[in-house]
Amino acid sequence: MNNQQQQHKKTMDRVQKGLDRRYRQERHFQWLGLGAIILGLVFVSFLFITIISNGYTAFQQTYVKLDVFYDPEMIAPIGETDPEVLSRANYGGLIKASMRQMFPDVTNRREKKVLYGLISSGAAYEIRDAVMNNPELIGTKQEVWVVADDDFDMLIKGHIDLRLPESDRRIKDNQLAWIHDLQEQDRVEKRFNTTFFTAGDSREPELSGIKGAAYGSFFTLLICLTIAFPVGVAAAVYLEEFAPKNRWTDIIEVNINNLAAVPSIVFGLLGLAVFINFFGLPRSVPLVGGLVLALMTLPTIIIASRAALKSVPPSIREAALGVGASPMQTITHHVLPLALPGMLTGTIIGMAQALGETAPLLMIGMVAFIVDVPGSVMDPSAVLPVQIYLWADSPERAFVERTSAAIMILLAFLISMNLLAVWLRKKFERRW
Amino acid sequence: MKKLISAAVAVSLTGFVSMASARDYISVVGSSTVYPFATVVAEQFGKTTKFKTPKIESTGSGGGLKLFCAGVGVEHPDITNASRRIKSSEVERCEGNGINDIIEVKVGYDGIALANSKKAPQFKVTRKDIFLALAKQVPDPKDPMSGKLVANPYKTWKEVNKDLPDMAIEVLGPPPTSGTRDAFAELAMEGGCKKIDWIKAMKKKDKKAYKALCHTVREDGKYIEAGENDNLIVQKLEANKGALGVFGYSFLDQNSDKVQGSLIDGVAPTFELIADGSYPVSRPLYFYVKKAHMGKIPGIIEYLAEFSSDKAWGEEGYLADKGLIPMPTEERKAFRSDIEAMKPLKL
Repeated sequence: MNNQQQQHKKTMDRVQKGLDRRYRQERHFQWLGLGAIILGLVFVSFLFITIISNGYTAFQQTYVKLDVFYDPEMIAPIGETDPEVLSRANYGGLIKASMRQMFPDVTNRREKKVLYGLISSGAAYEIRDAVMNNPELIGTKQEVWVVADDDFDMLIKGHIDLRLPESDRRIKDNQLAWIHDLQEQDRVEKRFNTTFFTAGDSREPELSGIKGAAYGSFFTLLICLTIAFPVGVAAAVYLEEFAPKNRWTDIIEVNINNLAAVPSIVFGLLGLAVFINFFGLPRSVPLVGGLVLALMTLPTIIIASRAALKSVPPSIREAALGVGASPMQTITHHVLPLALPGMLTGTIIGMAQALGETAPLLMIGMVAFIVDVPGSVMDPSAVLPVQIYLWADSPERAFVERTSAAIMILLAFLISMNLLAVWLRKKFERRW
Repeated sequence: MKKLISAAVAVSLTGFVSMASARDYISVVGSSTVYPFATVVAEQFGKTTKFKTPKIESTGSGGGLKLFCAGVGVEHPDITNASRRIKSSEVERCEGNGINDIIEVKVGYDGIALANSKKAPQFKVTRKDIFLALAKQVPDPKDPMSGKLVANPYKTWKEVNKDLPDMAIEVLGPPPTSGTRDAFAELAMEGGCKKIDWIKAMKKKDKKAYKALCHTVREDGKYIEAGENDNLIVQKLEANKGALGVFGYSFLDQNSDKVQGSLIDGVAPTFELIADGSYPVSRPLYFYVKKAHMGKIPGIIEYLAEFSSDKAWGEEGYLADKGLIPMPTEERKAFRSDIEAMKPLKL
């Protein structure tokens, strides 16, 4: 008895002695995990802060108020409504005339050119569209807000350092004086940049927008989804429910898992060889982009779908078969509906991956300058990540903020797609 | 589910059936250096005419010519941009694929700048300094006239030329696939290489060895391939005062508050000095048009007219605003009349 107590005490001593160390180790282990999370969060927040601080200004755009006289001599006689005649008129001249009137002491030819340069070249098209919509404007004088040039815009947004000597600045002293005059007269205003959401690409930063790229992404993903989802689900159902378990299915399974890890550029090369060179589909269209991305996302969808099918308990299948359902009925009426939330989650994650992809699209010509917003899957178009890449490579300073703004839009899409996946899982997932 | 599958089949079928039987927009491929200029013209063209805006892909000069020479027909591009002249091997390749008439258009000039951060003093180098600092093999510094070559031993600019600052050699530039790199090797490095008499003499005897010597850039980490993105080079220069970068004039022009161009052979890379030909490292930019496509694809002739108008490529044109160095008036006139006559290229 005594001996036993002694023994017990000894063990307790050992345990007690080691307890501090064990608690400490556990704390350290927790800290390690916490540290990893904090490090990750720091990186993510750093990324977000840089992108947002670089990009938020792109959602605003500087406008200038001009008094434009719709001169019948420069456009067309009053009462003219023929769009052919109206579209040909020199609207740039109207803006120049208005600027000359505001700054009558600028007479030197070179200086005049610099003065006109304060207004974006897109302003003339704005005025043209206004006249074509309403030919009654001809002969009247109106106050019009027009888009300012990108350098002007950068100055207003504080991206130009005025302490530098004049020769190093994109905005010269005389331009500064004119801009100051305009500001004195309350003719300069920052407004919400709607162009950014309603225009296609442009080489003038102030006229560029992401609508073209967003539509391109939409069409590409549409094709990708309509191909990859049914094919992926069918493949998963066959492999999981019908295929015999033998060496062939093993080989197929290994290959699918391998394909999921193949670098995406390889799929681009494949798409170039098969869809463009062999089938003769045109370059740069969302149809080909969607097909290539479908190949890329197929393995992801198949793997996720198989996992979802596996998680449906065999008792459901047995019950269905037991009451006389055919294997097909069992699958379409019982197994698939139960596995669908998991399949959709996998599909959405695959789509999100496809949305952010540029490398395979490089090979099939979707990295291109395309102004017109695509109207179908056969129109040439770019996609959002390609637009980001192209803007990041443009010399104009104002594209820096637009690049970041486009990244923000892309991230917003990605986050909402992932949230949708999470929501679907939460709402429809059943546990057994 | 059934509906979804049949919808998918329907969509993919209609896609394949309505394949590219016709194309109503111009397809342009080619050099990333010409890209910023060609896109401006394309945009103006799209806005001011009834035609669709041309599609412009940035594939690099070599890649563009490869696509261009693949054949005649709507699936092949109509125009390719190039930051160097077409090679005779490429013309043969084109001919082999049935493209016999190519129209060559020179767009203008582009200067290549060797620039560093504004926070550091401006560099003044000669082309010979550039060659000695960046070539893979250089004449033995102990006895430069002997004709012996050694692996480039220079670590600082001062070792290359005692008038230069005592700074480690660190140059950021484009990779070998880039046309800018080709032009830099040809104009700056070969230009400096030629200044050494015995190497110049080599040109007549063994052209291949001469070219290999003059064009090969060192690979020991002093020349850093910074990718095709010139903006990235500018950012890196801003962060690293000791480095120099190689990029096109339009990027220098847009970033003149952050970087300064070095004087090469005493000449600064400014608009005027590149335009009058005194800046030594400048090259012509071109594009090539398939004559067989003119009249078949709507708008090509009008696109050429827009490109060759004075409001585009003239001295006061909108391309000059974007950093293109225009050709002299006479040269512009000659190219314009070639375009109007659709005169095919003869090498």
